[in-house]
Amino acid sequence: MASVPLPLQPVQAIGRSVLGIVRTTGAVALFAGRALLAMASPPWFFGQFARQLASVGYYSLPVVGLTAAFTGAALALNIYTGGGRFNAEQIMPQIVALGITRELGPVLAALMLAGRVSAAIAAEIGAMRATEQIDALHTLSTDPFRYLIAPRLAAAIIVLPLLTLVADIIGIAGGWVVATRTLDFNATVYIRNTWDFLQSWDVVSGLIKAAVFGAIIALMGCYHGFTASGGARGVGRATTHAVVSAAILIFAADYLLTTVFTHR
Amino acid sequence: MSTAPPKLEWRGVTKRFEGKPVLRGLDLSVAAGRSLVIIGGSGQGKSVAIKIAAGLMAPDSGQILIDGQDVAAMPAKERGRLPARFGMLFQGAALFDSLPVWENVAFRLINADGVPRKTAKARALEALDRVRIERAAAGLYPNELSGGMQKRVGLARAMVANPEIIFFDEPTTGLDPITGRAINALIREQVKSLGCTAVSITHDLESARRIGDEIAMLNGGIIVWRGPAADLDHSGSSDVEEFVRGDPAPPPV
Repeated sequence: MASVPLPLQPVQAIGRSVLGIVRTTGAVALFAGRALLAMASPPWFFGQFARQLASVGYYSLPVVGLTAAFTGAALALNIYTGGGRFNAEQIMPQIVALGITRELGPVLAALMLAGRVSAAIAAEIGAMRATEQIDALHTLSTDPFRYLIAPRLAAAIIVLPLLTLVADIIGIAGGWVVATRTLDFNATVYIRNTWDFLQSWDVVSGLIKAAVFGAIIALMGCYHGFTASGGARGVGRATTHAVVSAAILIFAADYLLTTVFTHR
Repeated sequence: MSTAPPKLEWRGVTKRFEGKPVLRGLDLSVAAGRSLVIIGGSGQGKSVAIKIAAGLMAPDSGQILIDGQDVAAMPAKERGRLPARFGMLFQGAALFDSLPVWENVAFRLINADGVPRKTAKARALEALDRVRIERAAAGLYPNELSGGMQKRVGLARAMVANPEIIFFDEPTTGLDPITGRAINALIREQVKSLGCTAVSITHDLESARRIGDEIAMLNGGIIVWRGPAADLDHSGSSDVEEFVRGDPAPPPV
């Protein structure tokens, strides 16, 4: 290949990066299309799906619950302190509920799962790629998209809203504990204020976000694992890429969805 | 003389990786019921050749023919059914870590052929008997098995659905000589009893002699010699002779 003159090398580097981004975006879109198609049509592997429900959902409960509890408690303290600057301490229960259900519940649950689940999926599928287990699936007349990808994707899309619902409840409870134990709020009034203030859309919009985040987490884990190459080092790289790309896409999707929901 | 087309044929197959040619027009065939072994040094394209034949990789150009039919020209449905006619023993056995031994063997029966689990398990146990794996090991997981046992389980998995063509990717690599010999004998025995066509790749000449009816040598992406296994030591090909003697390639001038 002819070498590029020195002044043009930055242009070449930018061009290479842009082409790389376009190529990866196209590859991820094709991968997602194949995965959704595999998820939507039989044969379905229910055993694999059940295993993933447990792995993605049940085993993530402790980490999501703890994160929500501490976040709800810290949020309550911050809003109480901030609200005190304009004598608005009493609206703390409503703000905590709104913040948890619309934003922090889905985003924090998704980020915890990006670390726990996306990494685990990328490592497992990447190791299967490195040890030819994915090739073995082909030779055993089994489509890896149906056997490996679709069950993980379906499980993450279903489980993340459920985990978010749990995070919402625990997060609000975290705020309630701080408010009633250290800030002298009345326990019953706190709950009534929260219940009266919350609208069903506050919760539902958070659950819709969670379903989208679930798809992102599973797709990033599966894509980076499936395309891993270069042995153990490649698996490590796939794991890192899965977590980082899932986290970035969660934030981007969160902004986009919030914008859409705000203008609905 | 039979006019039946070869069971499997590579016709003018080429493949490049990052611009570097690996196969440069591979022409090779194997008749039904015969065992062909492809030998050659590392990096000569042996694995690529069988991965292309098994449908795990697409060639850049050329054709793969099964029973005289071009795979690329087959209707999508028929092409989709091709893996059901193949079996493959991978170099590292490629057993599924998350499944016990018997489920690895029964995998195709349960997940692709729709055989009930009970029947599939019975067939898997029979297949394990044939490769001399004790029934007590059927419930173990692959990481609890030795390398030789993993290869046996991989062999049972490749053969349990009675495929027409079986591919063996370096069947004895990484095994001690005694276990390697046992695997060779098992391959020979099972291929004969099933009456299937076998294509193996190896750089282990003892293995090639034991499991092959015919041997072909791949060098530089093309077949440089092919003949009966018994002729390996008097092939008349300098490439084969160097390989058999284990002579290192001369340094470039």
